[in-house]
Amino acid sequence: MAKEKKRKAAEEAVDGDDYIEREDKNPKKQKLILASQIKNKEKRSAVYAKLKHEKRVEKRKKIKARDAASKQALELGEEPPEKMVPRTIENTRELDETVCRPDDEELFAGNDADEFSAVLKQQTAPKVLITTCRFNSSRGPAFIKELLSVIPNAQYYKRGTYELKKIVEYAKNKEFTSIIVVHTNRREPDALLLIGLPDGPTAHFRLSNLVLRKDIKNHGNPTSHEPELVLNNFTTRLGHRVGRMIQSLFPQVPNFRGRRVVTFHNQRDFIFFRHHRYVFEVKEKKEGLKDKKSKASQGKTEKKAIARLQECGPRFTLKLVSLQHGTFDTKGGEFEWVHKADMDTSRRRFFI
Amino acid sequence: MQNDDVIWDVIRHHHCSYMAKIQTGNFCRNPYNVTGICNRSSCPLANSRYATIRDHDGIFYLYMKTIERAHMPNKLWERVKLPKNYMKALEIIDKHLEYWPKLLVHKIKQRLTKMTQYRIRMVKLSKKVREKIMTVPRKEVKRESRREEKALRAAQIENVIEKELLERLNKGVYPDICNYDEEIFNKLLDKNKEEEQEEEEEEEAEVEYVEGDYELEEEEELEEDIEDMGDFLKANNFEDIEGDEDDLEEQPAKKKAYVSYPLKQDDGTEKVRRKGKKVVVEVERDEDMGNRQHNVM
Repeated sequence: MAKEKKRKAAEEAVDGDDYIEREDKNPKKQKLILASQIKNKEKRSAVYAKLKHEKRVEKRKKIKARDAASKQALELGEEPPEKMVPRTIENTRELDETVCRPDDEELFAGNDADEFSAVLKQQTAPKVLITTCRFNSSRGPAFIKELLSVIPNAQYYKRGTYELKKIVEYAKNKEFTSIIVVHTNRREPDALLLIGLPDGPTAHFRLSNLVLRKDIKNHGNPTSHEPELVLNNFTTRLGHRVGRMIQSLFPQVPNFRGRRVVTFHNQRDFIFFRHHRYVFEVKEKKEGLKDKKSKASQGKTEKKAIARLQECGPRFTLKLVSLQHGTFDTKGGEFEWVHKADMDTSRRRFFI
Repeated sequence: MQNDDVIWDVIRHHHCSYMAKIQTGNFCRNPYNVTGICNRSSCPLANSRYATIRDHDGIFYLYMKTIERAHMPNKLWERVKLPKNYMKALEIIDKHLEYWPKLLVHKIKQRLTKMTQYRIRMVKLSKKVREKIMTVPRKEVKRESRREEKALRAAQIENVIEKELLERLNKGVYPDICNYDEEIFNKLLDKNKEEEQEEEEEEEAEVEYVEGDYELEEEEELEEDIEDMGDFLKANNFEDIEGDEDDLEEQPAKKKAYVSYPLKQDDGTEKVRRKGKKVVVEVERDEDMGNRQHNVM
């Protein structure tokens, strides 16, 4: 019974399967069997190796044919056959209806009325208070030191045993615009709490993959010029809000002479933080046998401007755990967004 | 019937299910026990006249048992609610246990003291805010780290940053980046001059460029926008002017921006210098660039 089933399955064999034909004396009785069903290990591995080799050869042939076709088409002046676009997770991301669109009036109106507009419109300068959880150890202090150098106009206060709500009040009195709380777990900074003031939202991020400046090879030393900010891929409404929150930590007028850039890059709901110093250079490219001094530009520039980066400062990733409306109040506050285990079920669904 | 000694004998020497033997001594688990120790005088079963204080929801009750009710276990214990005030509670205890053995009364008062103390402490603690430790299942931790790695690889951060910076450079966000090599500039300049002479249309486009710097100013203010926002704002600003033309002459025009540095120009590049002047006009409006004016002057 089982053998019959296997035979039927073999007859409906898909191309990708490793079926081999077993030649029988009686041509009518030719059977298709899976390479993995041969019991003898040596024979089985030999057969499998042969199969793989055949597949590889076929694949190479296909690629060659494709390249030749496109080359031919170019030479003939026709359009080359369309290049195949690989399927990526970003390509196949689930459609999100909260993605910000460029013509969204509501979005702009919302931006004007939200908590960061005062800082972002340069009516107030950002002033950041950095503190920690009650027990701070090991890499915590080093990380905080580096944060102080990244964010201009930031001050560090020791935590003591004050309640977080009291700290929020204290900061409001001293006219801070945001609080960063670095939380340590098992001697490693673990979470970042970003509280906007006076009544800004509270964002709770999980911190991971922290690399301090001294652990980066060939690191640079940041200056005290105001950095430029690059925020990538914050597409949805939630992402936009988080992006603006991050933006409100930094002064809005960067000093380009300093050539410092701070990047928050969002990829699949992970926000990667990088801090670089950059330099623009002109790179000369020789195009084959062309003379460098040929004046006519033939569609391919010989000198291109490139940017070179030198990494300085810490490197870490953040993942948003929850966004709460209003200042820190876990019991009574209204949560705009909370991460639930449910949200991880689809590999193509992202929220930021 | 009810002979305390007999009961005690039986319980103590054979088996009492309330007795807990620990290293330090014998303790009694009976909830009605005053002291909590397994003793002849503290055993609620072996004393026909007994009293305790028990706590229910933060309110203390004085429980009393008398021999008269020994045959009715249901109605054995009589209880009296004690006020939250410590002194008043003491008075009430005195009133109810007036003719009882002093030792027992003393023990009860001690118990009351201890219970009020820990009630105060409990209230204080519950008001205090403590961190709650949330556990994360290991599977999720591993899953997150795996996904993070893959996201990192997909992100290609350095390339993206470099592209973004170059875009900004081309848009003209940086008015004053002075790390170009002079020689190469001159070469570029020559090349551009040649291009100019070939195509005269660019001159016309120049006129539009003056309008263009209006947009550039706005862009400088908003340069910290999110990538997408940068695009939409560009779309908004460039509404009246077609995008193509701007892109075309922005690049060569921008290259001219650096002309103002090498002052030792031949007069052959007069045309170019004129353009340079125009550029300075644009830059004048920018706050940062007070220095530049000196250069040209």
